[in-house]
Amino acid sequence: MVREKFPKFVFMGASLLSVGITLAILGFMVALAYPLFARGMFWKMLIQPWSPDQDLFGLGPMIVGTLSIASLAVCISLPISCGVACFVGIIHPRGKGRTLRQMVEAMTAIPTVIYGFVGIFLLVPLVRELFSQGSGMCIFSAGIMLGVLISPTMILFFIQSFTLVPQPYLNAADALGANTVQKFFYIVLPCAWKSMATGLILSFGRAMGDTLIALMISGNAVGFPGSLLDSARTLTAHIGLIIAADFDSIEFKTLFVCGICLYAMTGIGVILVRFLAGKGRVK
Amino acid sequence: MKVNKLKNKLKNKLVWVGILVLGLAGFTGLCAAGELDVFAGENQVLRISGGTAHIPVMKAVARKIMTFNSKIQITIAGGGSGAGIKQVGEGLVDIGNSGRQATEGEVNKYGLKMYKWAIDGVAAVANPKNSVKALSTQQLQDIFSGKIISWKAVGGEDKSINVYTRDTASGTRSVFWKKALKKSDITAKANVVVSNGAMKTAVNNDPYSIGYVSVGFIDAGVAPLALDGIAPTMDAVKSGQYKVVRGLFSNTKGEAKGLAKKFIDYLMGPDGQALAAAKGFIPVN
Repeated sequence: MVREKFPKFVFMGASLLSVGITLAILGFMVALAYPLFARGMFWKMLIQPWSPDQDLFGLGPMIVGTLSIASLAVCISLPISCGVACFVGIIHPRGKGRTLRQMVEAMTAIPTVIYGFVGIFLLVPLVRELFSQGSGMCIFSAGIMLGVLISPTMILFFIQSFTLVPQPYLNAADALGANTVQKFFYIVLPCAWKSMATGLILSFGRAMGDTLIALMISGNAVGFPGSLLDSARTLTAHIGLIIAADFDSIEFKTLFVCGICLYAMTGIGVILVRFLAGKGRVK
Repeated sequence: MKVNKLKNKLKNKLVWVGILVLGLAGFTGLCAAGELDVFAGENQVLRISGGTAHIPVMKAVARKIMTFNSKIQITIAGGGSGAGIKQVGEGLVDIGNSGRQATEGEVNKYGLKMYKWAIDGVAAVANPKNSVKALSTQQLQDIFSGKIISWKAVGGEDKSINVYTRDTASGTRSVFWKKALKKSDITAKANVVVSNGAMKTAVNNDPYSIGYVSVGFIDAGVAPLALDGIAPTMDAVKSGQYKVVRGLFSNTKGEAKGLAKKFIDYLMGPDGQALAAAKGFIPVN
């Protein structure tokens, strides 16, 4: 009996602890941002611009920056990941596909700072010369680099979801004389899109949460970005830049609002994933 | 008796030899180490963080000390002046560097003691390929506030100006903003970088950039811009002709003591001051 109960107890404790910590972090951020809530600044901060000299501590530009960079990263990464996953999972499951898959797996091990470095010395000058506008440190560059960063996660997730397609369906399609493209569009996509969407949302969360690439190559300007070639600041980079401010200043307190925003965005993502996964199971 | 005499003579000789050896050792020691002697026998860790302009000198001093006594560990981190003051105040580091004086609030809150060991200029810099080499204060203000957006307006190529600035916790920024820009606005479109080193890299990489760095960081990679006709050279900073200057401070919580005190004393001594001068700063002693 004891031997059965003991592991149960340990695992229960571990999971309660991790849930507790996650909730405690939220509580901690809300508590520290409370002075701003109390003064009714919180909602205004979500849309106002950032200009400490004029007593404006809005995070609007950073929220726009975060969402636009992460969306662009997903837009760039999605077709690439789809293509690679299709190649590896359906067209060449062995041989070439296997080598490619191993390469993708190796890619997940590259540290973010390397991408940032490559971005600064190769991509940024290229973008600057190509469009001859701005410094090259912009949403576009950061989006491309983040797209590369998240694609391994997305590819592996997609391959995983392709393997969930029931083999008899594929055999039936083969028997009907379907070619690979038809098989992909009529069998694989309808069966796998839900778990693919889950992968998409998780990658979006990863792109949103990344700090270093945004900090190194998006330019960090505090204005509202007007185009893809404008310099922009993400919430994560903002935290990295403002953390050195005086503890008692309002600037420093806004960091907790940044934290809450990121928490909320990721939270919405996770709820969406749950929703999709739940629907998948009903079927 | 005879044996005793001989013994005495030998003793005398030995004493003389001993004195000679000791003297010689002391003399060579003085030549080789001198000011570093105080670090003998220490085996602690000294943590330093803060102002990024300070880093080259900090590194050079730390290398000297750690070569002399390899049991001492000195760690040097950046983070900017604000971070330096905050971290030393909270006791996270032993010495917090800042490129500006700590504010009255900061000094009172943490009981900081400031040690000024060098004077430094802050200069506007552009890419070396840029033909613009001088600006007036008015032009500089207009460029940083976003009123002038093309290099053509100040006599350069017809290319848009990419403005680079530092985060608000930077001492370099606060001095440049106060003394060069006279507290006029900095455009929200300006790119923000996190250290003097990152500023140099950014300006060096971007042919149409303008930014500002500590004079100690200027080398062939970035071209200093003369302000109102005065080039930000070491001589101009020293003579007071170039006005955008600030002190470089190392701060401790309360009076410096132990290894931190020895470090700061060494920094203020002839060796440390020579190193500061070698890195492009004006020594104070």
